[in-house]
Amino acid sequence: MEALAVPIRTEADIVSARHTGRRMAAELGFSNSQLTMIATAISELARNVMTYAGSGEVLLELCDNGARRGILVIARDEGPGIADIDLAMQDGFSTGRSLGLGLPGARRLMDEFEIVSELGHGTTVTARKWASR
Amino acid sequence: MRVPILKQGEYLIATVQAGSGDGDMTQLMHDVSYQVGSTRARGVVLDVSALDVLDSYSTRTLRTIAHTTRLRGATTVIVGIQPEVAFAMIQLGLGLDGVPTALDLEAGLRVLRLELDTRDAAAPS
Repeated sequence: MEALAVPIRTEADIVSARHTGRRMAAELGFSNSQLTMIATAISELARNVMTYAGSGEVLLELCDNGARRGILVIARDEGPGIADIDLAMQDGFSTGRSLGLGLPGARRLMDEFEIVSELGHGTTVTARKWASR
Repeated sequence: MRVPILKQGEYLIATVQAGSGDGDMTQLMHDVSYQVGSTRARGVVLDVSALDVLDSYSTRTLRTIAHTTRLRGATTVIVGIQPEVAFAMIQLGLGLDGVPTALDLEAGLRVLRLELDTRDAAAPS
């Protein structure tokens, strides 16, 4: 399966990550709406990496669960980590200069969503979206 | 790439290019805000039809541009949000906080005309 790592350091990397993700997902027969949702979610996750950790990477991989094919998006950084994940997943909560919709919004845009974070060691967000057959 | 701003009568028209980044949008905010003064424009149309993603950051920037130009005395209309983009914005939980929108440039100019006529009728110069 195709897999690509996009380093996230600048704003141009965010655009590059979402373009790469959209291009990969387009091979799986996602609708235009779904492709836009995937690209938007990647944009939010990559933006979080840059805003809160300064740098990190977005890993994009086509995946298969036996029944369906999909795209796996992993956004990871070695930043300060998230103190309270439940709080961070609430609409409107933000410690930075944002609308506080990044994480909960990205979860709504994807089918599966998981955050692992350790204070002082970084954050990894794993999200998948499955193409309808 | 700096977003070009055209002057058309008492309106400014800015067409955001595909792949425009945050820096370009911030630059646009400054450019529009100053040009509203230098051209004495009363209305601004921001055409975002070339954008395939509006995430929370770029949406906030659009809102900020609209609110800033409002404080400068001009009305901003955002036009051309693509249907897929609108759908993703709603899933994300994003709105434009009362900033007027229109389908395309033509409709946006009509919205501005109507708004300015109403203002002129309320306070004739």
